[in-house]
Amino acid sequence: MYRYDQYDHALVQERVAQFRDQVRRWKAGELSDDEFRPLRLQNGLYIQRHAPMFRVAVPYGMLSSAQLRRLAKIARDYDKGYAHFTTRHNLQYNWIPVERVPDALAELAEVEMHAIQTSGNCIRNVTTDQFAGVAADEILDPRPLCELLRQWSTFHPEFAFLPRKFKIAVNGALEDRALTWFHDIGLHIRKNEAGEVGFRVIVGGGLGRTPIRGQVVREFLHWQDILTYNEAILRVYNRYGRRDNAYKARIKILVQALGVEKFAEQVEAEWAHLKGGPATLTQAEYDRVAAFFNPPAYVQLPAIDEGFVQAQAELPAFARWVERNVRPHRVPGYASVTLSLKKPGTAPGDVTDQQMERVADLADRYSFGEVRVTHEQNLVLADVRQDELQALWEDAKAVSLATPNIGLITDMICCPGGDFCDLANAKSIPIANAIQAKFEDLDYLYDIGDIELNISGCMNSCGHHHVGHIGVLGVDKGNEEWYQITLGGRQGNNALLGKVIGPSFPADEVAGVVEKLIQVYLENRHEEELFIDTLDRLGVEPFKTRIYGDRLKGKNAA
Amino acid sequence: MTRIIKNRAVVEDSWSVLRLAEGETADTIALPQGPVLVPLSVWTTRKSALLAASSPAAPVGVWLAAGEGPEGLVDDLARLPVIAVDFPKFTDGRGYSAARLLRERYNFQGEIRAIGDVLPDQLFLMARCGIDAFALRADKDADKALALFDTFKTPYQAAVDQPQPLFRRRAA
Ligand code: HEM
Ligand code: SF4
Repeated sequence: MYRYDQYDHALVQERVAQFRDQVRRWKAGELSDDEFRPLRLQNGLYIQRHAPMFRVAVPYGMLSSAQLRRLAKIARDYDKGYAHFTTRHNLQYNWIPVERVPDALAELAEVEMHAIQTSGNCIRNVTTDQFAGVAADEILDPRPLCELLRQWSTFHPEFAFLPRKFKIAVNGALEDRALTWFHDIGLHIRKNEAGEVGFRVIVGGGLGRTPIRGQVVREFLHWQDILTYNEAILRVYNRYGRRDNAYKARIKILVQALGVEKFAEQVEAEWAHLKGGPATLTQAEYDRVAAFFNPPAYVQLPAIDEGFVQAQAELPAFARWVERNVRPHRVPGYASVTLSLKKPGTAPGDVTDQQMERVADLADRYSFGEVRVTHEQNLVLADVRQDELQALWEDAKAVSLATPNIGLITDMICCPGGDFCDLANAKSIPIANAIQAKFEDLDYLYDIGDIELNISGCMNSCGHHHVGHIGVLGVDKGNEEWYQITLGGRQGNNALLGKVIGPSFPADEVAGVVEKLIQVYLENRHEEELFIDTLDRLGVEPFKTRIYGDRLKGKNAA
Repeated sequence: MTRIIKNRAVVEDSWSVLRLAEGETADTIALPQGPVLVPLSVWTTRKSALLAASSPAAPVGVWLAAGEGPEGLVDDLARLPVIAVDFPKFTDGRGYSAARLLRERYNFQGEIRAIGDVLPDQLFLMARCGIDAFALRADKDADKALALFDTFKTPYQAAVDQPQPLFRRRAA
């Protein structure tokens, strides 16, 4: 994992001092609320329903056990003993008073963490694949390049006041696990015919109220050119992106307005001036950073551990967990484990201080002291020995982190919604819990198999509902909380937006509607066919008919 | 005379800024006596008159509105002692790109002045982009603001103040 040197340390410490002074001046009336707002947002501070929401960056999802312990300590000392992992490698606290945030930042700085640019109209935390460095289908570990992007974007002097927020995701594997098609910039690491490493550059994706899939602006960009090329993209956006309407200010709108060819031309014209300049990355710097991500000290193990195989035969519950939560590893005898933050009845993505501390212990004991955060709001121990999986499972169970549901319908993405968020149209956590309750029976749950269900409390789409196989979106209907359902969205290489199936539903009907959708699938699926494949084969009609059978005859249509 | 920040010191300054009011147009507005910063549109339509009236004691400069880039001034840079970049709102970041382009692409050597909604907390970023004079919004204290230039000692990126990014200078 990357470790700070004196420069990195100095920068986060200076950031703490800067923000402490800004809070002081705000309290003293030297900074008005309007002047303070963008400054606090760039430190991840929103003013929310109950208190400010404070968002901490987990750059490209990597956490050390020491960092996780510190996050737990902050949850306990400054908040109410819990926090929420988001879809963009961030951790959110819900109850920290503004006045205490500088101290919390100082505690973070001690463990090489910060809240820099976790909100605001600037370049946000760079995200990537949670299996970086261990995935079998990896072309190149994206994390060194993510760290280089983190440094480049941190306090970038030209791009601190963009028209709107700017999110970058990098994927280094054959399969896209970073939702790159729906970011302002999505980067795919690839190799050209000469074997050189570079990126496919995708621009103009985004979710939100105008969801748009990104478009390829360049098929191959040499990796050393990534900073200068990004500067060209950002400069075109900073100069020409719309600023008259916040809803039309994302880069996706500019790309749509110009057309991707014209946009690419402008970027290339700008880049012609920057290419080869001092911001061109050097091999020496790449090597310096990449050395932090060298594989840990794996030991030589048999590819299949006998005890592990036997334990699965003897313990069905363990076998189940292995089936859902354990992934094969590049290195013989190792596996990657996902700890589920989706125990039915809890808020998806939420963790308590104690759980964080226990995960830190588990990381130390079983996985070289490192943890990753996934965009599906779970945690990953990436490097666990097969012969220790059973012990890990027992330990994880003891802190309710071994729910065997990864990839299943109860492993849903869900934003905080109306319980915490001021922008919400509707609550999302109770809907998640109601759906989880419908699918409590494990045999039923397993029979349904892989499916992605995503819930957002409003069209800002923090819960990625557009790209869920089933999407649930909170809408406001005459001051009541209703929910619109989309079908057919997906992440991955063929990422797509879901389509709205029809009129929305009141809260108490949503779980039942989801269950009916599942029934249509179960009744119609071919052998081994997943929900999304049945849906693609049949189209949405049979699903719609089941749901709206009565309503389409005129009843309750809205 | 107003007080502005120039090269990190507070100084008295006599430049005025001509802004077109509602109904006024570039070709008819009365040209004030220098030192004056005029809008780009006034400069383009009235360049010869402005140059004829200018002198070392009464110089003329141009200010760029937020949507305006330096491209239209490329041939005039040597004649302009000051180019100002206007920030209609401090959250409008277009001026940062304009300043960097003036310095890095067009090699402008004169003064670049931030005008408009210029606030202390942005001085550090503006200075990195090559802005070296700051007409702070009238209610802000220039003397107190000076300390904010040093918010971060060694930032990562290449910019006007430090053309080599940190990664090229980082001792191994
Ligand atoms: C509770 C405080 C939060 C507020 C006020 C908030 C606000 C917003 C807003 C206004 C947008 C729309 C931006 C746009 O379309 O330009 C947005 C998008 C988004 N937010 Fe949040 N959010 C919050 C929490 C979260 C959480 C908890 C997550 C993750 C679970 C999250 C992840 C995202 C993502 C992934 C997007 C979509 C990005 C895109 O449009 O491309 N946010 N958020
Ligand atoms: S989707 Fe809406 S309700 Fe949910 S966190 Fe985002 S802004 Fe809040």
